Amino acid sequence: MTESIKDKVAIIGVGCSQFGERWESGIDDLIKEAVVEACGDAGLGVNDVQAMWVGTALGSQPAGIPTAIVVSQALQTQGIPVTRVENACASGQESVRGAAYAVASGAYDIVMAIGVDKMKDMGFGGLPGGAPGKFEPVYGAFGSGPGRYAMAATAYFSKYGIAFDEGKRILAEISVKSHYYGAMNPKAHLRRAVTVEDVMNAPMIAWPLGLFDCCGVTDGAAAVIMVPASQAKNYKKDYVTIKGIGLSAGNGWGKENIDYDFTYWDATRWAARQAYDQAGITDPRKDLDFLELHDCFSIAELIATESMFMCEPGGFKKEFTDTRAYYHDGAMPINCSGGLKSFGHPIGASGCRETYEICRQIQGKVERARQIKDARIGLSHNQGGHPGRFVCGVIIYGAP
Amino acid sequence: MEGIVSWGGYIPIYRLSGDVVQKVWGGRMKGERAVANYDEDSLTMGVEAARVCLEGIDRNTVDALYFASTTAPYREKQSASIIAAALDLREDVIAMDVCNSIRSATTALCIALQCVKSGSIKRALVIGADCRLAPPNSDLELTFGDGAVAFLVGSDAAVTIDGSYHTSSEFIDIWRLENDVLPKRWEDRFINDEGYVPHLKKAVSGVVKASNLSVNDLTKVCFYGPDERSHKNMIKALGLDAIKVQDPLFGKVGNTGTASALMMLVAALEGAKKGDRILLSNYGDGADAFVMTVTDKFKFRGNSLSEFMESKILIETYGKYIKFKRLMEFETTTESPLRTSLSQIWRERRWVFRCHAHKCQKCGRTQFPMQKFCMNCQADEKFLDEVNISDRKGILLTYSADERAPVMDPPNVLAAVNLEGNARIFSQVTDRDLSKLKVGMPMELTFRRIHDGLGVHNYFWKCRPDRRSKEAK
Repeated sequence: MTESIKDKVAIIGVGCSQFGERWESGIDDLIKEAVVEACGDAGLGVNDVQAMWVGTALGSQPAGIPTAIVVSQALQTQGIPVTRVENACASGQESVRGAAYAVASGAYDIVMAIGVDKMKDMGFGGLPGGAPGKFEPVYGAFGSGPGRYAMAATAYFSKYGIAFDEGKRILAEISVKSHYYGAMNPKAHLRRAVTVEDVMNAPMIAWPLGLFDCCGVTDGAAAVIMVPASQAKNYKKDYVTIKGIGLSAGNGWGKENIDYDFTYWDATRWAARQAYDQAGITDPRKDLDFLELHDCFSIAELIATESMFMCEPGGFKKEFTDTRAYYHDGAMPINCSGGLKSFGHPIGASGCRETYEICRQIQGKVERARQIKDARIGLSHNQGGHPGRFVCGVIIYGAP
Repeated sequence: MEGIVSWGGYIPIYRLSGDVVQKVWGGRMKGERAVANYDEDSLTMGVEAARVCLEGIDRNTVDALYFASTTAPYREKQSASIIAAALDLREDVIAMDVCNSIRSATTALCIALQCVKSGSIKRALVIGADCRLAPPNSDLELTFGDGAVAFLVGSDAAVTIDGSYHTSSEFIDIWRLENDVLPKRWEDRFINDEGYVPHLKKAVSGVVKASNLSVNDLTKVCFYGPDERSHKNMIKALGLDAIKVQDPLFGKVGNTGTASALMMLVAALEGAKKGDRILLSNYGDGADAFVMTVTDKFKFRGNSLSEFMESKILIETYGKYIKFKRLMEFETTTESPLRTSLSQIWRERRWVFRCHAHKCQKCGRTQFPMQKFCMNCQADEKFLDEVNISDRKGILLTYSADERAPVMDPPNVLAAVNLEGNARIFSQVTDRDLSKLKVGMPMELTFRRIHDGLGVHNYFWKCRPDRRSKEAK
């Protein structure tokens, strides 16, 4: 018999490093920064933690194959289990998932999930992916994140008959919101507010996506400490519990499948349904208070919102852009942290960083200007891959 | 009767104009020449021409493939075998590279004819292609052109080859040493007086005499010319009526080396009619001449060459030409170097080279690359039939243009194209005019050099706007 993870696991401590181009900090500094804050939040020491999961895509690259050792070395843990998990840009949430189920199984009482990536030791801008030809000698050798997400923007405009300028404006409004919140979030990477005109006139990165449609390349780490919900009160009054965990690895052949049109995220739909079922959510628009979505690109936030069943496919403009429902005082606040777009996206860190934001929103601890009123239940969406080839995690967190 | 069954020509989409060259080097330059895209070489252009030549022809009837070029992409490693795979020819095809002389394509034609005549094979595909590098700031820069031709030789000829004449000569006019990038030449007056004129004349008069004909019996004459002026002078030297002489394409395509004389023959055949008698003569290390007759079996096979000639993009800056021809060293990036894996390519050869896809017996969908389970209905591989999709036309579903991708000619355009027969291909888009890309436009597949990771030429399929569709015009 399967049972839902709802209210079985509690988060008693969260931490997040300063995000940005951390020239002065290595991966160990970033890990330490996030973990120290999380331990302080929980009132625990590192050595109280019985097991750790670390989500990192690059780890200590270019030095070598990333392993859990990056964490045990940085923290000098004393022989406890540390597991490295990797699901591309969804690695952070995968660490939360692994740690949460370990607690739910009864194997451990105190566990920690860490998400981290040190992106800026590569010597070039952009995402350090595999070398062209590394994974496939010729097929898709020159695909890039921006190039592949941009195909979804073109497809979305085309399917819904949206003129180019109008489409760019819908996307620009999303980025303006991200920067608006990022600007007031002290740990965010990109802290300058921008206007719709700034976004629309920015240089192209991958047509039709311009500079401000794309997240930056960021260093950072975040950490989450979990205990069985039954013991949470011993550590913290305002703990947060996990309501549902969904994870979906798509079949990966969307780009190649004649039936896929690039305007929805299939893995997001599947993962959301799993999480909604576990959390007992029947009407996500009513039952959820706010969302932290994986918005590596403006179009990613738009399509993720629709694929979360927050509105009909094609309905984003009417439901969110025109109504401003996605602002912190709107009907369904989205990415009031600044999102990946403005807060930053160190690949493996983002899933844990979303957890950090959601817990602090629920605890009423964020800057007043972006504090969501009556935030009791929030959703974290973390995906890796690209349109047609996604792995996606959805975790719902709420007040107990 | 033995002779030519079908034919096809290919001209790459880019043109370098005299205006652009003149802005850099001064002087007075006019006309245009064809320039291979950065992802093309003689091998890929040969595939293009051969695909035109094989339109409407069962590829399994091809018994031999002879690839002629002075610019084969490998010094050691055959090109013909890669071309044969890209053309999805039988695995027992006799493949051969004929090289080192711009006359090698007509030599290959001669060999093909002899083999067919002997009865040991029924059909042989002859391909000629060249993309010779012209020394910058030389007259050759606008004289040379890039292009390819292909002819299917067989016993059921539409154009019979009635007679031929061949000479071999130790005469040296233009050459490249083992490691030379650019050609070297002796004085042009010597080349004309002692090489080009007497050798070509001897072959032409030889074949005319052997065929008991006079030049007046010829409908069309196609002959090689190193440059426009020499070609013009040769008309006089041969005593020909200029109207009978096929346009040598200087100022439009340029001297395509190994492909040059045969490209004139393709153009002649595109405008031929039954009963025409055509003379073809080629030069280089001697000379070849052939007399041909357009028979009752002749059918119009389309105007591929003139269509490719019309379909063009002007290279706007000399810098882009320099880049395409790899004539300068550029900044290297700190990004990881290009990689490849020959063992992986070997495992995946059925779809990497042959463009085979899987068609599901259960749900009818065609999928590329080939799969272990149907990507739509999850049926096992045993229910997936291998089908070739390289000739399928498609419609552009969506695309993007990545300005920052580490490609030779940014932006890197990615696209999903829905192909005829319920199939889809995701690939890079090449030969594209960015301003003309549009969702819904007709697309086609093309075999290209993707990258040179680990010092290996890595070939694969890309898509491009259909160069010969009505919309393209």
